[in-house]
Amino acid sequence: MSALLVAEGLTKRFGGVAAVADCSFAVDEGSITALVGPNGSGKTTLFNLLTGYLTADRGSVSFAGRRVRRPDPTRLYRAGLTRTFQQARVFPQLTLVENLVVAIQQPWRAIGRRALGRADGERAHRLLEEFGLAALAGDRAGSLSYGQKKLLGFATVLMGEPRLVLLDEPAAGVNPVMIETIERHVRELHARGLTFLIVEHNMNLVMRLCDPVIVLDHGTKLAAGPPSEVQSDPRVLDAYLGS
Amino acid sequence: MHIVVQACILGLLTGGVYALMASGLTLVFGVMRVINVAQGALVILSAYLSYALFRHLHVDPFLSVLIVAPLMFALGVGVQLVFIRSLRSEQAEELSLLITWALALGIEGVLGAIYQTTYRATDPSYANSSWTVFGYQVSEVRAFAFALSVAILVLLYLLLAWTRFGRSVRATVQNPSSARLLGVDADRVRALAFGVGVSTAAAAGAVYGVLYPFNPGSHYDLISRLLSIVVLGGLGSVGGAVVSALLMGVVEAVVAVEISPVWASFSFFVVLIAILLVRPQGFFGAEERTL
Amino acid sequence: MSRITPHGLARAAVVFGLLAAYPFVVHADWLVNIGVFTLMYAGLASAWNLFSGYTGYISLGQAAFFGIGAYTLGITFNHVSIGSGYRPFYVLPLIGVAVAIVSVPIAWIALRTRAMTFAIVTLMLLFIVQQLAFNLRSLTHGSQGIAVPQPSFSSNFDRPYYLAMLGVLALAMLACWYVRSSKLGLMLLSVREDEEKARGVGVRVTGAKLIAFALSVALTAMLGGVWGYYLFYIYPESAIDPLVMIGAVLMTFLGGKGTLWGPMIGAFVLVPAQQWTLTTYGATRLYLIAYAAVFVVVLVLLPRGILPSLGELVESRRFRAPARPDVTPRPKRAVS
Repeated sequence: MSALLVAEGLTKRFGGVAAVADCSFAVDEGSITALVGPNGSGKTTLFNLLTGYLTADRGSVSFAGRRVRRPDPTRLYRAGLTRTFQQARVFPQLTLVENLVVAIQQPWRAIGRRALGRADGERAHRLLEEFGLAALAGDRAGSLSYGQKKLLGFATVLMGEPRLVLLDEPAAGVNPVMIETIERHVRELHARGLTFLIVEHNMNLVMRLCDPVIVLDHGTKLAAGPPSEVQSDPRVLDAYLGS
Repeated sequence: MHIVVQACILGLLTGGVYALMASGLTLVFGVMRVINVAQGALVILSAYLSYALFRHLHVDPFLSVLIVAPLMFALGVGVQLVFIRSLRSEQAEELSLLITWALALGIEGVLGAIYQTTYRATDPSYANSSWTVFGYQVSEVRAFAFALSVAILVLLYLLLAWTRFGRSVRATVQNPSSARLLGVDADRVRALAFGVGVSTAAAAGAVYGVLYPFNPGSHYDLISRLLSIVVLGGLGSVGGAVVSALLMGVVEAVVAVEISPVWASFSFFVVLIAILLVRPQGFFGAEERTL
Repeated sequence: MSRITPHGLARAAVVFGLLAAYPFVVHADWLVNIGVFTLMYAGLASAWNLFSGYTGYISLGQAAFFGIGAYTLGITFNHVSIGSGYRPFYVLPLIGVAVAIVSVPIAWIALRTRAMTFAIVTLMLLFIVQQLAFNLRSLTHGSQGIAVPQPSFSSNFDRPYYLAMLGVLALAMLACWYVRSSKLGLMLLSVREDEEKARGVGVRVTGAKLIAFALSVALTAMLGGVWGYYLFYIYPESAIDPLVMIGAVLMTFLGGKGTLWGPMIGAFVLVPAQQWTLTTYGATRLYLIAYAAVFVVVLVLLPRGILPSLGELVESRRFRAPARPDVTPRPKRAVS
């Protein structure tokens, strides 16, 4: 398996604190990789660096074999790298269908066309059906429950036909039934060839779903490997339980 | 060269007064994310108050600060309580800009009704005298105005750094929700901070009338400069406002002598745009993207 | 998002039909004069809404481009003989396009800033352009102003200007409607809802904002051109007037920011009132207090504007079921 996403020596300081310090790792194509670590280990910052929401002080990110010189969320999305948000961000005043359709990549010449063309609308409806949200298609996204918003956020990024999806704490704040639903979708999409990088705190989910697991501590990679290995690594236990 | 240094001196002295006005403007933004477009109008209002006190009661303009500033502080608190607090929070930032603009219009209207559009100036006996220091002319009033501005800015600094209120203000600027969790009464802080912001305008306004002739419409010129200054310094940063006010004052004065007085006020905008191209957040503003 | 419905088409036809008939039916000059300004503000408000209503970025610089449009007409007049009568009206689209092109780099600089700074920077644009109008004497004749040759419309002098304003207004409404129902509109709304997320799902936000801004400027400049021709004399203070800006903004808020017909409604309510106040109180500047008062009332009591508030009133009567605790009672249609 080749590496789809490679981070080399990423460093980001805020004031005097290095949130991410010389962090290097790789995400193989076709894997469901987990990114875990105790609080303050730099997961969120790293996520933002990878997806272009923050600029690294040093280091580089390569996607699909090409170095990404100035990571920018829009360009990365169009190149096939996309992310969800931990807080289940949706476009509240737009309907579910509109939420999805806006995420379809358009060439400039198409912006004058009707907002909800037939093909786009059908695609959106199919995706909504897959995620069990079809009944609410015409409702405003702001009226959804938190868990439904998370599903919508997940569905939205799929509209861009990505190769790599970064999930930002998909299980945070949702009930166990919803977690199972999300897990099921991840597995299905993975079977269809999608690569995932998941930041998560829910260890049960991580151990079930992901392989390999990358552990961060103090902004740098501590360990990486299959879940069983990482679970019994003394350094990892130290990081989580230590001072 | 002599002329340029002379201009720099003039610019610094003027910049000091602008710094005072701008500090209040940027402080209010920092605390409650409100752009007080009426700051210029409040300066002019204070100028008129001071003018009236001088004309009718022969109160020296610099002394009138002691009367005008507390009055305007109360006005500021009142305005915040009545108009700004009642804005619903989802659109509060944009609406506050429009409401304070409305306030400025209202002030202009009232002053226009009372005083019409003739230009006024407060002219105490020392208005035109100057000293000669090392061969350079230093206008007395400008020196006093500068000294007053410095004194009040120092007071402002002490207020922010040493008092409990000041700590509450700084906490609210840095992180409003945490500040609230720690017991800071956000409403009270906002109202008082707005009052402080307005009273800096008042102090400056009291002496503004001695420096420049003014009429009710003068606030547009003023607010355009003040906005350039606070954006350049970084919205919310009092230090930034002071630095950029001094800088702008000097640039304007130098342009006036070296190029032409007509383009002098335009230099404010040129400097601002030049810096914004390179650094959209101004000198000391926070970086743009937050997640 | 709306499509061409017979209902909507009929509504537009009726409104614009009535408006077109107005100057032929009404004979008093002063009434047509008020009509000219009402339509002008309606156009300004719609043009403003096209950018600020749909993106959520409050731009306070449109008045600058209004003035630039007026000056462009005046300067062109003085250098190139366009002829008089109706010909200057045909130059309007060119003016609109030219000013829009000029505005793109300016907008690009301004859009590099955050929302509040953007509002301030655009406000400064107003002051900057006014200063330039005063200072670039060779071009604009400074405070003396530029004279535009009087046309030789015999009777019904105001009528051609009224129709010209109506034409630009129709164009503005068309543009607003079209953008709203197009993919561009969806992009702009996503920017308004959550710009960072929009970036994250591949929406090219900068380009979308620039296009909307340019369209808004083109329309505003055309209105400025008609206005300049109407008044024959273009001065810096009147051509680039903060009050015009704030008026357009207020009308949009009153009618409903982000709605299609809201800005027009706001203008039709406020402009006649404004003209009346001006004639009654103009000399004493008291009209400013009236502006201020209306502003405060609208912003504090009716911040969402007439149309959305009416819409909510109607919908809340339609759905009589008690609201679910986590759902705000809003119409289920898409954003209007």
